[in-house]
Amino acid sequence: MEASTAPQTTRGRVSRAELGQQIAKWALFILLLLLPVLYGVKDLATDGDLSRLGENIKDGLSNGAILALIAIGYTLVYGIIELINFAHGDVFMIGTFVSFTMFGTIGLTIATGGLGLVLGITLTLVIAMIACGALNAMIERVAYRPLRGAPKLAPLITAVGFSFILQNIGLLWLGGSHQSVPDLIGSQDPLFTVWGVKFIHGDLLAAVVTIPLVVLLVGFINTSRSGRAMRATAQDPEAARLMGINVDTTIGLTFLLGGMMAGAAGIVYALYQTDAWFFQGFQAGLLAFTAAVLGGIGNLRGAVLGGLIIGIIQQISDNRIATEWTPAIVFAYLVLILVFRPQGLLGEQTREAG
Amino acid sequence: MSTAATPAATSDTAPEAGAQAGGQGPAWRSRALAGAVILFAIVLPLFYPSGSGFIGDATQALAYVVMALGLNVVVGFAGLLDLGYVAFYAIGAYTIGWFGSGFFSKADVHVGVGGFAASLPGIHFNFLLVLVLAIVFAGLLGSILGFPTLRLRGDYIAIVTLAFGEIIGRVAVNGGNGVFGIGSFNLTNGRQGINPIDKPDLPLLDPFTTLNLRPWYYLALTLALIVVFINLRLRDSRLGRAWIAVREDEVAAVSMGIPTVKVKLLAYSMGAAMGGVAGAFLGSFFATVNADQFEFSFSIFVLAMIILGGLGSIWGVVAGALALSFINTYLIPDVFNGVPSKLGLDFDLTQLGFGIFGFLLVIMMVLRPQGLIPERRRQIELTEGLEDHDAVYDVEVEQ
Repeated sequence: MEASTAPQTTRGRVSRAELGQQIAKWALFILLLLLPVLYGVKDLATDGDLSRLGENIKDGLSNGAILALIAIGYTLVYGIIELINFAHGDVFMIGTFVSFTMFGTIGLTIATGGLGLVLGITLTLVIAMIACGALNAMIERVAYRPLRGAPKLAPLITAVGFSFILQNIGLLWLGGSHQSVPDLIGSQDPLFTVWGVKFIHGDLLAAVVTIPLVVLLVGFINTSRSGRAMRATAQDPEAARLMGINVDTTIGLTFLLGGMMAGAAGIVYALYQTDAWFFQGFQAGLLAFTAAVLGGIGNLRGAVLGGLIIGIIQQISDNRIATEWTPAIVFAYLVLILVFRPQGLLGEQTREAG
Repeated sequence: MSTAATPAATSDTAPEAGAQAGGQGPAWRSRALAGAVILFAIVLPLFYPSGSGFIGDATQALAYVVMALGLNVVVGFAGLLDLGYVAFYAIGAYTIGWFGSGFFSKADVHVGVGGFAASLPGIHFNFLLVLVLAIVFAGLLGSILGFPTLRLRGDYIAIVTLAFGEIIGRVAVNGGNGVFGIGSFNLTNGRQGINPIDKPDLPLLDPFTTLNLRPWYYLALTLALIVVFINLRLRDSRLGRAWIAVREDEVAAVSMGIPTVKVKLLAYSMGAAMGGVAGAFLGSFFATVNADQFEFSFSIFVLAMIILGGLGSIWGVVAGALALSFINTYLIPDVFNGVPSKLGLDFDLTQLGFGIFGFLLVIMMVLRPQGLIPERRRQIELTEGLEDHDAVYDVEVEQ
């Protein structure tokens, strides 16, 4: 992506613009490393080892996996129609709610053993993904498609509107207070310990759900016919249409895929945090959007990387500073990233970026 | 630009401004209409008992008019979608919290206050002085928050302003014990809030009490009228035209020699100042400033007002603010709250308030994006590309 901003730069003479870009990029890296390094040094001074920081990072990666799944939805949608799908965080919330309700419906409890549990959770995962995918595609059809030709402000406002509608649906569904989800997998139970870092069941679940899904999604987008259509539409919708691609269907498919990832994130969240709340989507959505921007919006790998990094920052801030300041700290990061390096770590892949 | 758009039904009071004015009739007719509306607003509270809930609701609605007009400067005139407007409400409210209450009880500062407040500990400034401070603080905060967004494209502006609004909201909630976990200074008193707040003490008006709401109403009406007037003059000024130029095509605006940085920052700070005034007034009116008032949903509430009325249309925004405020304070809790139980449903309609506003945003944007009382120029802008379905795919060149 750097190449596209200053394509004619030769090796010997680095243009000032590119130099600025490089400085901003490294400044961003330093900014991101600030918290872990700071607390790592502190840990070494007090405990003599890094196990506490390691634990923070491990927890951060698991939380980050959830954020990464949500961030993929933001980044896919932004890549293809350049819209911040504001309602996406709330689609994730609906995913958690569907999972919560499904656990009750198919009768999964803490007592359910081995195979039944795996089958039940897999079934719930599939249903949550389908429900959220369909919901996201429906939102696109109702709220964004009619506004394809309108100024950018208009779909953004309907997106905010839909976010509120979904929050209210959540409010009516499970009420205004936190609901505790049955701890089906024994989320906090220890699994094994490496270098003083305790791994728990929740970490395993996050990895087992996230990694295959991301691999499948990347494979789908890179190799399948529909995936190619998505990439073509993202690059140039008009040319894609001339090549015989049904642009509207492709955009719908993008929303479907994004929603499915959010649904998967929803069930992981339900099992990992054992909590469901109608407002959870708002904050998670903003964190995930921050992650998508951090990685470079429109960039799938960037979204995953950004999700993991934001997860770690969030965890360190939760654990070391104070939980109540975490959102403010992450938002401060968001502002700094947008101001100094809006194209993110891995570079954005949108039409505007070229 | 096409002139085939339906004629706007605005009651524009300044049609002599030429092409921009969307008034239908001659000047005297819209002036007479505005005069009649003002007269109606002045005599209205006389028909209600002085402590009635209706006057309270109306006062609040007028304060929201001020706030909505402020946001209209940023979003409607300059086209910068600001989702963190609640920050300016907060700063205005905390201004009166800090400079008009006994919150900093160790200090003993009194400026221009008489009567009861003069004998209390804490910092007590005259209400008008607090308004000036609120304008200054909010205006400064507006340009500080606006500064980082200058280089960003439209939707990133929305996110950055939202993030700022959330940061301010977090500071409000958690600022009772240090800021960002540093120190332990009590800046905001968190959810307990700062109370009681001084009541204004102004000449010509009756004493401000909770039992006599008429002076509150007249103060709010005065503020609203001043802000409407400022908005009208701004819109027709050189600066107002510069905002519209920046909104419609920033690149063209720059090439015409418009200093976009200055123009955008002025939009932010002027919009913010109006929000600050409304915030200071509401802080005093509610007699408390607490962190729960400054949530993201409030930004959307104000945004819904200007969308409902019509982005950029001053009279539309006034109508939208009055309508949504009454829906929020009167219709939903008092009139329609019995409906769900009559239908055999078990929920509290007040819980649904923001879902209803969200629905309104979607419906308005899809069915009537120009708002109820549209501004003509904006209407053309919003409806133009829709027939031409491919227009989306023109790459917008924004810097």
